[in-house]
Amino acid sequence: MAILVNSQTRVITQGITGKSGEFHTKLSHEYAPCFVGGVTPGKGGQKGILDLPIFDTVAEAKHKARANATMIFVPPPFAADAILEAIDAEIELIICITEGIPVLDMIPVKRALERSRKSRLIGPNCPGVITPGQCKIGIMPGHIHKVGKAGIVSKSGTLTYEAVGQTTAAGIGQSSCVGIGGDPIIGTYYNDVLALFEADPQTEGIILIGEIGGDAEIKAAQFIKENIKKPVAAFIAGQTAPAGKRMGHAGAIVSGGHGTAAEKMAALEEAGVVVAKSPADLASSLIKAMERKKK
Amino acid sequence: MNIHEYQAKQLFRLNGVPVPDGYLASTPVEAEFAMRRLGTEVGVVKAQVHAGGRGKAGGVKLAKTPAEARKIAEQMLGMTLVTHQTGPEGKKVHKVYVEAGSKIVKEYYLALVLDRETASVSIMFSTEGGMDIEEVAAKTPDKIVVVKVDPTVGLQGFQTRRICFGLNLPAAEHKELSSIIKNLYKMFLKYDYAMLEINPLVVTADGKMFALDGKMNFDDNALYRQKDIEVMRDFEEEDERDIEASKYGLSYIGLDGNIGCLVNGAGLAMATMDIIKFYGGRPANFLDVGGGASQETVTNAFRILFADANVKGIFVNIFGGIMKCDIIANGVVAAAKELGLRVPMVVRLEGTNVDKGKEILRTSGLNLYAANDMADGAKKIVEMAK
Repeated sequence: MAILVNSQTRVITQGITGKSGEFHTKLSHEYAPCFVGGVTPGKGGQKGILDLPIFDTVAEAKHKARANATMIFVPPPFAADAILEAIDAEIELIICITEGIPVLDMIPVKRALERSRKSRLIGPNCPGVITPGQCKIGIMPGHIHKVGKAGIVSKSGTLTYEAVGQTTAAGIGQSSCVGIGGDPIIGTYYNDVLALFEADPQTEGIILIGEIGGDAEIKAAQFIKENIKKPVAAFIAGQTAPAGKRMGHAGAIVSGGHGTAAEKMAALEEAGVVVAKSPADLASSLIKAMERKKK
Repeated sequence: MNIHEYQAKQLFRLNGVPVPDGYLASTPVEAEFAMRRLGTEVGVVKAQVHAGGRGKAGGVKLAKTPAEARKIAEQMLGMTLVTHQTGPEGKKVHKVYVEAGSKIVKEYYLALVLDRETASVSIMFSTEGGMDIEEVAAKTPDKIVVVKVDPTVGLQGFQTRRICFGLNLPAAEHKELSSIIKNLYKMFLKYDYAMLEINPLVVTADGKMFALDGKMNFDDNALYRQKDIEVMRDFEEEDERDIEASKYGLSYIGLDGNIGCLVNGAGLAMATMDIIKFYGGRPANFLDVGGGASQETVTNAFRILFADANVKGIFVNIFGGIMKCDIIANGVVAAAKELGLRVPMVVRLEGTNVDKGKEILRTSGLNLYAANDMADGAKKIVEMAK
């Protein structure tokens, strides 16, 4: 089972001939052979990395290679256009890795997603999605994962790896890991992913990793309280971050006293989530949450 | 990115948002001349630094004659202004802005900000200008009107009417305020703002409306297409360490602790600061070397950490995904040998090629501690930096 992607997923890479697009297509396809082609306008008909066919448009790739997912590595000035093209072609799962897209460019993307009945966007500015042993779409190191029962959803890349590393070491493993991205406007927020994990029989517990800025974690806390029966552990990065400074991610900024880690941690605790104060306690907090539910 | 008040007012003027007349001066004589050119009864001499709270700190003063404007500029130029936003070290004043004084009858608040949740531009207006808007929102929320504009539809007449009628503004003000809102909205899209605030927006005794102060924040991701804005960056206003870092493509924010951090990934970089605090230490910085850092990037990152006299210990925390641990280890060793390691260092490596990385550290002959995991590393560096 697991969520969003599995061994049946047919993936293309938008920007497959760029340096990063090529590199990560190779690593992802070597991890699990889910890739069926790529798109680079003007290079249609050629063969790309690992001999994957290249198409000029997403619509053509969908038609000829029967793709139902795309991984986007297009540079920031053209990334919104690439996402819109994938939505227009009704690709079901669009994963945008690109970092640095101007936030105003994401507004029309958001509108198009609201109108679309087919497409879901993960990211931008995210590590991607992986279902260990079945399909990897993104820049995460495949070998640290282990097939298992923890569902991980996170705004941060390396902190997701941290959760993966800890759950693998603890023998819990992962069902699926979803990096939703650190930008102010993203395609999918925590709640949708939480609902998918709740419905997935392979997932027995959830780790949620958040950070300062915005109120997505507060909304997630509310959602968990009302809808999630599985054990949940969480960590919020940026407890020590100064106000008004952008901490790397465009979305990670405490403004006007809102979006602080303390506020988010309190809301999650109130919802019955085991909140780790230290990022070294991600797996142990999930174990604690699982034991608590058993009682 | 932030800009100065005089630059914000230039942008307002260029885009049809009325501001009082004013001139920039970098010498006392220029300030005197500016006041003469204004020809108004009262002028205001304002220190140009990137910080709020200038008035209370003595950075805003009234002048009645050109000679007085010169005298004030003499005192202000070169002084170090300490406000609640500058920190104790303050900011040196290099320029003043001499502006025509106006007889203020009313002060309003007007701001445009990106609304993440609805993916729209949120316009906030309040009749309680000159105050902290958070406070107004908490105490008298009925004095604030918010309208959300979908940029794919555009700002509509009914939305500006909702602001005017919603707060019972006198009919004589509707036309001018609507025009200001329309122009600000256009500016917001044109220059890729993250936040655009006028506080206060004043109404004068003769019925005019002016933006008396402007706070502007730009979307850093869009600077590549905002060359006119990018040139307004004033390096003298920024932390030297920040400038160095941005030159090397590193994401760096200086803090006031004593443990230097070098991390890959923004989330892990924040979490590293948190875990140092968790074990009783204080981080000296946020530093994200990015996902694909080279040996050179790592060396440059160390250069910044080593240059900070407050740093009493360094914690390298890397979860190598795409970034391989052996490459990081080589970078660490090369930098330490080139720059000389004067403080204790703890290195925690995890992920791709971790064994190779640890081997490189072990055989380097450097005096550093290779941590077993993040908690072990954080505990150790906090102890060592004491």
